[in-house]
Amino acid sequence: MSELLRVEGLTAGYGAAPVLHEVDLSVPAGTIAAVLGANGAGKTTLLRTLSGLVRPSAGRVLLDGRPLTGVPVEKLVHLGMAHVPEGRGVVAELTVEENLRLGGLWRRDRADANKALAEVYELFEPLAKRRRSAGHQLSGGERQMLALGRALVARPRLLLLDEPSLGLAPKVTAQIMALLKQLRDRTGLTVLLVEQNVRSALSVADTGVVLALGRVVAATGADRLRDDEELRHAYLGF
Amino acid sequence: MNLLRSATLLRHLALTLLAGFALYLLSLELDPFRNFQLATVAAYLCATAGLTVLTGLSGQLSLGHGALMAVGAYTVALCQNTLAEHDVTGNGVLPLSLLAGVLVTMAAGFVIGLAAARLRGPYLAGVTLAVAVAVPAATVTFDELFNSEQGLGVYVEPPPLSLGPYFPNERWQAWIALLGALLTMLLLANLVRGRFGRTLRAVRDDEVAARLSGIDVARAQVQAFVVSAAGAGLGGGLLAVLAQSVSPGAFSLTLSLFLLMAVVIGGLGSLSGAVWGALLLVALPDLAHQVSSGLVASSPAAAQRLEGNLPLLVFGLTLIVVMIAMPGGVQGLLHRVTGWARRRLPSR
Repeated sequence: MSELLRVEGLTAGYGAAPVLHEVDLSVPAGTIAAVLGANGAGKTTLLRTLSGLVRPSAGRVLLDGRPLTGVPVEKLVHLGMAHVPEGRGVVAELTVEENLRLGGLWRRDRADANKALAEVYELFEPLAKRRRSAGHQLSGGERQMLALGRALVARPRLLLLDEPSLGLAPKVTAQIMALLKQLRDRTGLTVLLVEQNVRSALSVADTGVVLALGRVVAATGADRLRDDEELRHAYLGF
Repeated sequence: MNLLRSATLLRHLALTLLAGFALYLLSLELDPFRNFQLATVAAYLCATAGLTVLTGLSGQLSLGHGALMAVGAYTVALCQNTLAEHDVTGNGVLPLSLLAGVLVTMAAGFVIGLAAARLRGPYLAGVTLAVAVAVPAATVTFDELFNSEQGLGVYVEPPPLSLGPYFPNERWQAWIALLGALLTMLLLANLVRGRFGRTLRAVRDDEVAARLSGIDVARAQVQAFVVSAAGAGLGGGLLAVLAQSVSPGAFSLTLSLFLLMAVVIGGLGSLSGAVWGALLLVALPDLAHQVSSGLVASSPAAAQRLEGNLPLLVFGLTLIVVMIAMPGGVQGLLHRVTGWARRRLPSR
C-alpha cells in the first residue's frame, strides 16, 4: 500500500515550549489511522500542524511525497487535504448550503462542485432537509455532519478529523464512525482521526498512534492496540 | 442552478430599471432644491453601499471612507479641469472622469486593504482613522496641485441643449447621480449575492474555517476594500460634480464617521440599509438647519453653533438608540415588521 501522509521529526508548539517532540508518522493511502492519547498529549496540535495552522519549528510533512513546508493553509485543500477542526469549524452565520458551497469554492468547475454537493446531501440526509437553516440553528450532531460535509465537498484524499464525537450522543458517534468506514471502503479516503473515545476510534481504525506528552509511544495496528493490555492501561485508561 | 443565478440577475436588473423609472418620474416632479438633495442622496448612496459591503459583510471597520471619497472627488476635479483646459468637451467627458475617479480610489483602497488585511479590530480602525486625517491634510501640503483649504472648482458641462433651453441644472445633476447610484447598487447586489459575498461573510465569521475551506483570507479582505473603495470613489466624484467644487473641508473626519453611523443606523451589511443611511445623511443636516433657524430670533450666535453640531448630536443619539433598541438598524426593523405581518395575515 502506498503511503499518503508522512511526518518526519515534527516538532511544534505555541511559544517557547514545544508540544510535539520529533513526531514520526506514516499513514498508508486508503486507511483510517487513529491518533490516541490523554488530554494534552498533542493530538489537536498534531492536526493543526499538519494543516498549517501551527508552524513547526522542525521536521516536515509530506503529502503523497510532496513536502508541505511553507504551503499556506488555504492551498492545502487544493492538494487534497481537508481538516475538520475541533469545535466543528462551521460558519455560524451562513446557511447549510452556503457552508457546503464554501467547501467547493476553490473548484472552478461549477457542475463538478454541484455534483459534490449532491453527494454530500445523499450522505447526510438531515442536512438536505435543512439547506436554508443557518449554521447556528443546527444541533450538535447536525453541525458535525455539516463540518464533515464541508470537508467532503472538497473531495479530499486525506481527511484530518478532530474529535468528531465531542458532545455527541453515542448513537450519532457510531453513525459518523460507520460513515468514515464506508467512505474509506468506497472512495479510498484516508483519514487521520483524533479521538478521546478510544473504543469507538479503534472500532473503525486500521492503525493507531498513541501520543503521550507530545511523543509517539506506540504506532501499530488497531487490533494490536485493542489487545495489548499493558499499553491500554498505561496510556489509554481502560 | 444556472437558471436560478440568471433569475437573480434578471430580478436585480428589473428592480433597478423599475427604481430608475420611478426616480425619473420623481425628478420631473421635484423642485430644483429637492432634486439637488435627491442627487446628494444618490452620491452618498454609492459610498454607503460600498462601506456596508466592507464593514457589514467582510467585517472590516473603516473610519476612512470620507478620505476615499476625497480621493475620488479630487481625481474627478483634476480630470474635468485638465480636459476642459485642453478643450476636450462633450458629454463623454464626465463619465470618463468619474471612471478615472473610481479607478484611482480603487488603487488607494488596494493599498489600504493591503495594510488592513494584516490588522484586526482597533488596529484597523486606527489605520483607517489615520487615512481619514491624512488625506485632507495632504491637500494642504501639496497646495500647488490641490489649492489648499480653498479647494478646486470643478468644470461641469451644462445639461445638453437637446433637453431644451430652460432645463433645470439640478434635474440634470440628479439624473447623473442617480444613474451612478443605480449602477453601483446593481453591481454590488450581484456581487454580494454570489461567491464573493459568501466568501466575505465566511471570512468575517470564522477565519479559521474560511482558511480551511481554501479561502485566501487576506486576498478576500483586500478585494473587499477595493470594491468598497470603488463605491466611495464614485460617491466622492459625484459630490464634486454636484457641488462643482472640492475642498478638504467637505471630506473631513466627521464625514467618515457620519458614513459609518449612517450605515449602522440603516442596517449594517444590507444594501437597502445603505439607502436608509444615505437618506439620513442628507435629511439630518437639513433637519438640524430647520431646528436651528427656528432659534435665530432668540440668539443668532447660539443658532450658528448649534447648526454645526446638531447633526452630529442627533446622529450620535440615534446611533445609541438604534444599538440598544434595534441592532439590525432600520432595515432590520422593517424586516421584523414585515415578517410579523406575514405571520399575522394568513391566520386571518
